[in-house]
Amino acid sequence: MEYFDTLIVILQSTVRVSVPLILAALAGLYSERAGIFDIGLEGKMLAAAFAGGAAASVYGSALVGLGAAVFVSVCLALVHGFASITQRGNQIVSGVAINFIALGATVILGQAWFRQGGRTPQLGEGERFTTVELPFAAELADIPVLGSIYSNLLSGHFLLTYFAFALVPFTWWVLYRTRFGLRLRAVGENPGAVDTAGISVIWLRYRAVICCGILCGIAGAYLSMAMTAGFVKGMTAGKGFIALAALIFAKWKPVNVMFACLLFGFLDAMSIRMQGNSLPLIGEVPVQFMQALPYILTVILLAGFIGKAIPPRAGGVPYVKER
Amino acid sequence: MSVPYAKLPAWVDYGLIPLINLAVAFAVAGLVVLAVGESPVRAAGLMIQGAFGYGEGIGFTLYYATNFIFTGLAVAVAFHCGLFNIGGEGQAYVAGLGVALPCLWLDQFAPWYLVFLAAIVGSALAGAAWALIPGWLQAKRGSHVVITTIMFNFIASSLMVYVLVDVLKPAGSMAPQTRAFAESGQLPRLDWMFSWAGVDMGGAPFNLSFLLALVMAGVVWAVIWRTRLGYEIRTMGHSPRAAAYAGIRQSRIIIITMMMSGALAGMMALNPIMGDQHRMQLDFVGGAGFVGIAVALMGRSHPVGIVPAAILFGMLYQGGAEISFEMPQISRDMITIIQGLVILFAGALENMFRPAITAFFATLGGARADKSIAAAE
Repeated sequence: MEYFDTLIVILQSTVRVSVPLILAALAGLYSERAGIFDIGLEGKMLAAAFAGGAAASVYGSALVGLGAAVFVSVCLALVHGFASITQRGNQIVSGVAINFIALGATVILGQAWFRQGGRTPQLGEGERFTTVELPFAAELADIPVLGSIYSNLLSGHFLLTYFAFALVPFTWWVLYRTRFGLRLRAVGENPGAVDTAGISVIWLRYRAVICCGILCGIAGAYLSMAMTAGFVKGMTAGKGFIALAALIFAKWKPVNVMFACLLFGFLDAMSIRMQGNSLPLIGEVPVQFMQALPYILTVILLAGFIGKAIPPRAGGVPYVKER
Repeated sequence: MSVPYAKLPAWVDYGLIPLINLAVAFAVAGLVVLAVGESPVRAAGLMIQGAFGYGEGIGFTLYYATNFIFTGLAVAVAFHCGLFNIGGEGQAYVAGLGVALPCLWLDQFAPWYLVFLAAIVGSALAGAAWALIPGWLQAKRGSHVVITTIMFNFIASSLMVYVLVDVLKPAGSMAPQTRAFAESGQLPRLDWMFSWAGVDMGGAPFNLSFLLALVMAGVVWAVIWRTRLGYEIRTMGHSPRAAAYAGIRQSRIIIITMMMSGALAGMMALNPIMGDQHRMQLDFVGGAGFVGIAVALMGRSHPVGIVPAAILFGMLYQGGAEISFEMPQISRDMITIIQGLVILFAGALENMFRPAITAFFATLGGARADKSIAAAE
């Protein structure tokens, strides 16, 4: 029973840390499936986390914070879109630029506005998201196994958490069962064909980039307004890149994205849990190894040793209309 | 794919357009300074004063520039082959081992120049080895080098934390760093260069690795533009198909280019470790690998452009530190913004002003043609 409780605790924190990964990875999915590579997920998330934390504390409302987070993230996404769709610039370079701009600007503006060493003020009640209890969670808690799963693992999360998990089937549905999704996938594989069908490649790709911005914004808001109460300098700490790794690991498919993010989140939760403890059979594993494992796994996958990750064919290539 | 832009005179292409892009980047950075409530003009003045106004400032500026020359060259070499090496940060970090280990082994009995030689070879090899895997994966397995080098940055960071905390840290010490090197593990400073000019360098750690960086800039120029290998690299960069048709072995070129790139990034580790701190510390690279991207884009991947671009970023680093004394709102992080803006405007939005400039020169050319016709009549 003790092992079971430990497991529940680890899984619970797995869910907690997976949510921003799922949101950011799905954000990347919309963009990359449309042929726009985006390594700026990290920067957009960071800027959104800052905007959310700042606006929520100034206006005293979590919803305003969420709105500000999404707005800022979409603005950055549009910069990326302008550079890579309209100006046909290098998408990787543009993504790198956005990461740096966000990294610097959040600290400079945070220090200028709040003077707390790059932090935003601690968010109080009503200024941040609170957890919701599913019905009968307290009553069912005493039932062995199932009750524990229901009231500790499934209940007691933020609304955004349920939203993130609901987004997975929704994205699947959009991508594979709607006209927009079909066109989105087509424009990432063969934009020439989409253009020939009389559909605007540019507008379609801009919409994909905006979707990406919205989801990155929500991911950032989750970081600064749900997981913690306030923005801390550099708080994304590479989560955008882990999300990118998860997206590749999932071969750009929505349901796989969720499992990849849960796997990487689980590794994260385990590495925190295992600090100083040793595993049976293996002995003590260095924490650094656990932290590096998502990246190592992604490299192994990319090398084609466990399946093959094939990116959308037109990814990274700006579309030039025939002249 | 057609190139949608008309040809411009060389001085416009290599001089005017980069300058305009750079000016726009700095103008936007100025807006940020304004938003924070300080005067951009005063900030610029303080920055230049702090970077070039006195001997020690110049020494620090050139010390930082040394890092950026190495990493800028690293990114540029890969650019010539059409590869984007974002992994300079990780390559330099791992190359710290190639510097620190020879120093730790040899500093008790070998003279400094032998240690230096061993460290040069060690850092280049370690950096090249860390770039070899992404290069090999790109060449043989088709995994995108951008993604793998990003992953390798994170893996390098975890690896180095482990090495410094669990392996190289002297017993009984709390700080995650190696022991300090003896005299011969330290590079001579270049005070004599300053005393020629009659300036006192003060405590700036400006050292011999600067000259090595300049030599490497020359070597990169010679290899890229004056050897068969360089020709093959540039052919690959312009058109992989043409390269294949010409019988160039693509995977060999990709792997060699990535290793050269990694070796250059790796040599950057000499400067902070042997030249300044005389020990290997956690996170000694401090983002220099990423600054290399901005430097290479600004310098148009040519050593003649990279050296001044690196000095400009050295000025931003040193001057930025000085500004924060006078204007506490503006910390080093301002440089991160400028770096991002330079990458954005000199890299991704490189061609934003080109149509307008092309049109301007077309009308200018047209007017000139009209005049000559009128003169002929």
